[in-house]
Amino acid sequence: MGALSGFSVTLRQMFRPRVTEHFPEEKRPKPVRFHGRHVLNRYEDGMEKCIGCELCAGVCPARCIYVRGADNPPDAPVSPGERYGFVYEINYLRCIHCDLCVEACPTEAITETKLFEFSFANREDAIYTKEELLVGDDGRARRQPWELWLGDEDDHTSAWMRATAPSGQAAYEGRVSWSGELGFGVRSPEQGQEQ
Amino acid sequence: MSLAADPLFNHGIDLDVVLIVVGKTVAVFAMLLLAVLLYIWFLRKVIADMQNRIGPDRAGPFGLLQSMADGIKLFFKEQSSPTTADRTVYRLAPYLSVLPAFLAFSIVPIGGVVTIAGHRTYVQLADLPFGILWLLAMSGLGLYGVMLAGWASGSKYPLIASVRASAQLLSYEAAFGLAIVGVLLQSNTLSTRGIVQKQSWDGVGTIVSDWYWLPALVALFIFLFAAVAETNHPPFDLVEAEQELTGGFFTEYTGIKFAIFYLAEFMNLITMSAIAVTLFFGGPSGPGLGFLPAHGWFNAWIMPIFWFMLKLIILLFGTVWLRATLPRLRYDQLMNLGWKILIEFAFVWVIASAVILVGKDEGWSLAIVIPSTAAGAVAVLGVLYLSMPKRGESVEEIR
Repeated sequence: MGALSGFSVTLRQMFRPRVTEHFPEEKRPKPVRFHGRHVLNRYEDGMEKCIGCELCAGVCPARCIYVRGADNPPDAPVSPGERYGFVYEINYLRCIHCDLCVEACPTEAITETKLFEFSFANREDAIYTKEELLVGDDGRARRQPWELWLGDEDDHTSAWMRATAPSGQAAYEGRVSWSGELGFGVRSPEQGQEQ
Repeated sequence: MSLAADPLFNHGIDLDVVLIVVGKTVAVFAMLLLAVLLYIWFLRKVIADMQNRIGPDRAGPFGLLQSMADGIKLFFKEQSSPTTADRTVYRLAPYLSVLPAFLAFSIVPIGGVVTIAGHRTYVQLADLPFGILWLLAMSGLGLYGVMLAGWASGSKYPLIASVRASAQLLSYEAAFGLAIVGVLLQSNTLSTRGIVQKQSWDGVGTIVSDWYWLPALVALFIFLFAAVAETNHPPFDLVEAEQELTGGFFTEYTGIKFAIFYLAEFMNLITMSAIAVTLFFGGPSGPGLGFLPAHGWFNAWIMPIFWFMLKLIILLFGTVWLRATLPRLRYDQLMNLGWKILIEFAFVWVIASAVILVGKDEGWSLAIVIPSTAAGAVAVLGVLYLSMPKRGESVEEIR
């Protein structure tokens, strides 16, 4: 039928299932390694993991992280080590969510959540300060007023995993690399990994 | 003309009659505006269905108010006009475009004969004795809106688009008129009400024997092609070909003026579909509900309007289907289709059906009718073929 066969195609499509999701009401499960906004993690005793080493700022290709470290006050240490992150800011107008900061971090202090619904209306809100990035006492991300995630959408906040093997080999090393010291957000092993 | 004059004016014109006419005008205008809003919603929903999407579903139930919301948004948009524009004509053009679109609809019979305040009248704004000529005049006038918008914008692309629009309309007006002649030969009247009454419903068999889609089958297809081309509807929307002309003739228009062009385009489309229903599918004729009195208010008011709307919606679905399926034609394909195929077929069909109808009247035998039809067709095609420039000839002339 040549040009006319297109009509049967369009008509047939009318009876196929829809692929559209009703986004804010129905949310599709996000991929395991989804890169959302960052959090700064704590140890179980409440100490901050960040040691202010600035490796994340150094590796960031978008230059969106600003860190200043400071010596821990001896009487009230913020982190277990010698120094802690005194200033920690991420500019989300620049961040490309490449996760290189997470890979660079020696203490697993910074990880990326799956939270992505944080449209801000001014530049001030775009720059997340340390208070806004730091997880709460329960280890979960703290919701900012302009963020639009609800309920348990912040699961898997703490756990993280290197995108590449620590040795630099592309293949997995045969062990689960999820870290979840808070007992929160540990995921089942991926294909090719052992428990 | 007794077949088709509106009985409203039979007993002189008094205040009641004037009020009824004013009421009808307002009702038809409101109905057409509402129809455009609903058509845009319908269009977006059906195309979404054909692309496995959902389409607008946020504003109002099923997204019905989406086009209303878009219209309100456009109304409050900033109005800007280019410095090179001819201000007066630039402002006038959208209305020149929308007014004929509305006026053309006034001749469409929407329903049957009803009684309002003791006056019997047609559910139709105006039943002109020259109804179909009015349609042709209005569809020709609609071009002025496009032409003047393109010219007055003071910009290249709108000008090219409007020149294109006039060439396209001119090319298809001929085939369009001849297709209508194919119907007029059958109906013997120019009045739309008269054409509808000739196709009135007397049972299922009359769909085949009386509705003009079968006696004027070729004319129907030519009409549909030409109507789609005249309303600048895809796949004939070369007037607004984005790749070549940015936004077409309304490139320089913003806000509500831009919306009015869209309104006119969709009004034209609805009018053309309504005319197709009138000419070929019996207009508002259809069976009433048998268990109700034949001349009760329900069968007089509701059922004809229902049948008209049903036929209209089916045709409008066809336009949406067309839009969802076919890509835009190339300009030479458009011109070839118009000049080298549609007009030829229309000529041959008009001559053939004229011969057959005269033969029926005069009682000629088939042995005379068929050869004379064929001879006439060959003669017409021969003349047209000989008058057509041969390949390379037109190029030579241009050089």
